[in-house]
Amino acid sequence: MTSLAPHDTITRTVAVAQARRRRRRFRPRRLLLGLAGILTFLLIWELASRTGIVNPTYLPPASEVLVTFGANAGLTGTWVAVGQTLGSWALGILLALALAVPLGVVIGLSPFLSRATRSTVEFLRPIPSVALIPLAVLAFAVPLQQSLLIITYGAFWQIFIQVLYGVADVDAVAMSTARSYGFTWWQRVRDVVFPTMLPYLLTGIRLAAAVALILAVTAELVIGTPGVGKQAGLAKDAGLYASTYALVLLTGLLGVVINLGVRAAERRLLAWHQSVRGDA
Amino acid sequence: MRRSLIALAYALGLPLILIAIWWIASLGATSIFVPKPVPLVTQFFEVWIGDRFFTDVLPSLGRFVAGTAIAIVLGMLIGLGVGLNRGLRAFTEPVFEFFRAIPPPVLIPIFALVIGIGDDMRIAVIAFGAIWPVILNTIEGVRAADEVQTETSRSYGIHGLSRVRYQVLPSAAPQILAGVRQSLPIGIILMVISEMLYASSGLGFSIIQLQRSFAVPQMWSGILLLGLLGFAVSLLFKLVERRILRWYHGLKDLQNAS
Repeated sequence: MTSLAPHDTITRTVAVAQARRRRRRFRPRRLLLGLAGILTFLLIWELASRTGIVNPTYLPPASEVLVTFGANAGLTGTWVAVGQTLGSWALGILLALALAVPLGVVIGLSPFLSRATRSTVEFLRPIPSVALIPLAVLAFAVPLQQSLLIITYGAFWQIFIQVLYGVADVDAVAMSTARSYGFTWWQRVRDVVFPTMLPYLLTGIRLAAAVALILAVTAELVIGTPGVGKQAGLAKDAGLYASTYALVLLTGLLGVVINLGVRAAERRLLAWHQSVRGDA
Repeated sequence: MRRSLIALAYALGLPLILIAIWWIASLGATSIFVPKPVPLVTQFFEVWIGDRFFTDVLPSLGRFVAGTAIAIVLGMLIGLGVGLNRGLRAFTEPVFEFFRAIPPPVLIPIFALVIGIGDDMRIAVIAFGAIWPVILNTIEGVRAADEVQTETSRSYGIHGLSRVRYQVLPSAAPQILAGVRQSLPIGIILMVISEMLYASSGLGFSIIQLQRSFAVPQMWSGILLLGLLGFAVSLLFKLVERRILRWYHGLKDLQNAS
């Protein structure tokens, strides 16, 4: 595992740090300070625009953007766009999961396969998935398929690599015990590998969720797949600048909601795991 | 000798098999959309080694390097400042988390509005998109500094800059580098997209142009170039990381061995 080792140690340190952060208690002072931070940010934005430090045509004041944001929330079109973005996001992640988990388990469990595929993986993984945009445009006629190719490619590696780490972390003694008790391959995967792998898999899904949203919005901006990103581009081209900012706020909120959702799911699914239980 | 030969065989085996399959499968293909290995390689040199190297490749690389360098330096400074101050951390956390959650490409139209569509916009977009993982990881790394170490340096009278230099930075380094690792692909993505959207020059611009003119093998060579670029960046990062964290990996190896 020498060539995986550096990433491996970092991934683990970060996982521990994140688990520690998750355990932080709720404190009202923190909440108040956080709210004050948001208000200060909005105030600076408002002043920058009103005093003309930044041209107010191009940076409408925060109040105006928030009003537009509220007005947009009443429109069906906004929600349709949100649905479209989330739809390609979710489909892309599901496809990536369906490909990455079986592949990762099979390759991770075989020393021969993991050694033989390493160089290929190390080469394919850093290829930026936006490089595939022109290919997607030529290969598929339907915008959704074009988006999916890009999203799935980006999300696949996040999950795949984490599954490999997870399989590598399986206790050798547990594995040989299971083997000597006559567990079949499938039983070993289900009862020994899967529980060890789950925290890594969930980290992979969390990373993939963020990357997939970035790529979904990118595809909407560049290719024109329907969704929030496309709306933002259209609003900018039409000169509806307050609306553009409102849509950017919306994508940010989508990102926050997705983050919180994935984290909550992670905590639930790992309630038995010591990083979450916290009394190791 | 034997061992390194086996290692070489493992490293080259699968890629060679894949290329062979690709070669054979594309032998009979007549569709212009199917790339073939040999024309792809010749096109690669024809398209990218020459004028385009100076008009498109180097400027792209320059923007990427400038943008991510700004992101890393500023991100570490902000992260250190915020991470060392508990109140400031609570104050900025929601805003920072929100900015991190915005998919950075959607900021390109906005930056184009405020800054214009020149190179400074592209560099700003790259820096702004790539800075959040660095900031948040630095804050987290600084926060997680060992308390015993902190107490010790305090009682030895190590304060201010020297505490940052000798205690905080080293102990936060693994986490900071994890942030940098996340920010590099974002930088590449933003470099490419900012060139695809408001075209003037650069890799993203050329690739879209080649695609629109149905110069398919040339387009494929552009994809190959971006792939090589991503590969080179991740390789470079790994080398730098190994160098900076040499003490850390040594420590881990010791701990794992015992």
